[in-house]
Amino acid sequence: MEIIQIVAIGIICVIILSLFRENFEDVAIIISLSASILIFFIIIPKISNIITVLNTIADKSGINSIYVKTILKIIGVAYIAELGVQISNDADEKNIATKIELAGKIIIIFLSLPIIIALVDTIVSILP
Amino acid sequence: MSIDIIFKIAAIGILVTVLNQILIRSGREEQAMMVTLAGVVVVLMMVITMINNLFTAVKTIFQLY
Repeated sequence: MEIIQIVAIGIICVIILSLFRENFEDVAIIISLSASILIFFIIIPKISNIITVLNTIADKSGINSIYVKTILKIIGVAYIAELGVQISNDADEKNIATKIELAGKIIIIFLSLPIIIALVDTIVSILP
Repeated sequence: MSIDIIFKIAAIGILVTVLNQILIRSGREEQAMMVTLAGVVVVLMMVITMINNLFTAVKTIFQLY
């Protein structure tokens, strides 16, 4: 199972990082970043399976595909922003972390605008 | 995309740390700084290719064009 591989990578990276934490900080940040990238690459096939199932369910149930696409985009933006925030927090750069978080939120709101507009239209049309 | 990348980075880090200490002890601080910079640059180049692969993978999966 992949979970064993993931946990192995995590533990090895923690051990190596403990070696580097005191005297050589910048390599430690790079190692933690590469560990997160490796773990993400292990779970990529699982994510793509989930997404294909999501799409088939959406097509079958007749939901407009734009909504599913927007949700996927929002998940992608959230994941990348989270990666950036965690790495900069790991390096004690609180300022950059908050800026990335703010930008991520704004991009997500921007992506969800068409859904909000559609929602408002349907509500208005329902009202007498 | 396997764990040997992490071992490579750790090896370079340890090597640069050791070289740094040796150069500082022998009184050549500038060269120690050069070695540190070179080490970080090499490690950074390796990680940049990984980050690039990550971003292209996320783009294709989440259709984030």
